[in-house]
Amino acid sequence: MLSVVSSTNLAKSYQGKLALKDCTIDVPVGAVVALVGPNGAGKTTLLDIVAGLLPATFGDVRLFENVIPGSLESLQRVSFVAQNSPLYQNMTVIDAVRLTESLNVIFDREYALTRLQKLQISLKRRIGKLSGGQQAQVALTLAIARHPDLLLLDEPLSSLDSLARQQFLSELMTSVATTSMSVIFSSHSIYELEKVCDYLILVVGGEVQLCDSLDRIVESHRMIACAPGELDDYSDIEIIERKLGTRFSTHLIKVKNLLSRSALESHPTSLENIVLAYLRRAQEVEALNASVKL
Amino acid sequence: MSINKAARAANQALISVISFSLDLQSGVPTYLQLVQQVEAALSLGYLVEGDQLPTVKDVVSSVAINPNTVLKAYRELESRGIAEGRPGVGTFIIASPHVITSDKMSALRKSLISGWLREAKKAGLSQAAIVALFNSAIGEIASPNKTSKNS
Repeated sequence: MLSVVSSTNLAKSYQGKLALKDCTIDVPVGAVVALVGPNGAGKTTLLDIVAGLLPATFGDVRLFENVIPGSLESLQRVSFVAQNSPLYQNMTVIDAVRLTESLNVIFDREYALTRLQKLQISLKRRIGKLSGGQQAQVALTLAIARHPDLLLLDEPLSSLDSLARQQFLSELMTSVATTSMSVIFSSHSIYELEKVCDYLILVVGGEVQLCDSLDRIVESHRMIACAPGELDDYSDIEIIERKLGTRFSTHLIKVKNLLSRSALESHPTSLENIVLAYLRRAQEVEALNASVKL
Repeated sequence: MSINKAARAANQALISVISFSLDLQSGVPTYLQLVQQVEAALSLGYLVEGDQLPTVKDVVSSVAINPNTVLKAYRELESRGIAEGRPGVGTFIIASPHVITSDKMSALRKSLISGWLREAKKAGLSQAAIVALFNSAIGEIASPNKTSKNS
């Protein structure tokens, strides 16, 4: 399958401190990707590198198989909306449309105007006078009107109320349904994205923990309750989290080979539980590293 | 007045034979919720043979889910022999599912109460334990991985 973004051993350091390390991802064309991780995990760094706004310190990223981020071709094929949908606050909506139109080779003015009208956003209003939800919609409209092959959104939902969120996501999914656009959007919560995404990249502490389709992630993780130590003999599983009891422990495991699923009694679990287990594991590792340094 | 007119216009543009609603807390996979709603609408007579299901675009613009989820639901309906995709036109209902008569329904209910439930009660299971056991068993039937493993 063709990939829209692929990277190998990508790293980024700020003044010697690694914000992203050993990041290897591969995202197929057409995916709607949730880029999830706690604050400061490296989500924005990764998006900035893919958008071509930030050079990587180490490693390699390619868009659409062979396009380098930041190249002329990538700038035409990628739309990026930074956090809090930054728009010129003093500009009217129609001026923002005109400005974007004259700064871009491809711009679907008719789409932009139709969509703004449908959202009942007045073209004559100043952007600063619009609500947060409306500003996010304007930014999304301008980004989609460029007909990008890849749309990058950094925390697009963080400042929106639940109705605005729902409207924003409906609009986005409608565009995905009618075009071949791929989308990557970051968020600190998987919950609100689970229904709209089909792919997940989980980043914690600058490291990629998971990068796969939601279906495969859910399929390859199981809950097993058994006596502590009983799982030690199995080599085809990785224990992500174990909640120890003296007689009975609960494990969240990753099955390495789906075909050779072990004979143990296991249960599927929700995506949220899987993500939480990885987050807790990363937190423990970090605490351990911190105590070693002390 | 103008709001009413706009709303009516919007309604007319979007109207289709069935509109979906989702329960995010239910734990039932989204595509399965869509499948179940179509089946429910069929068995209640709201949908009949020949009806066109809403397009993927219409569904995602009303419930904000991934387009692939809708495609997956429609594929599932096809594999169950309920719907048929006609390339370039849309997805259509081709058959009613097995309709359950109210007699059959009450017989099932009776056998549940006098059979399994009574036995569970006798074994000392609390209501919560019964619900938990039932949900886990039903999950086993619903999950495609499990069934393929069992067969």
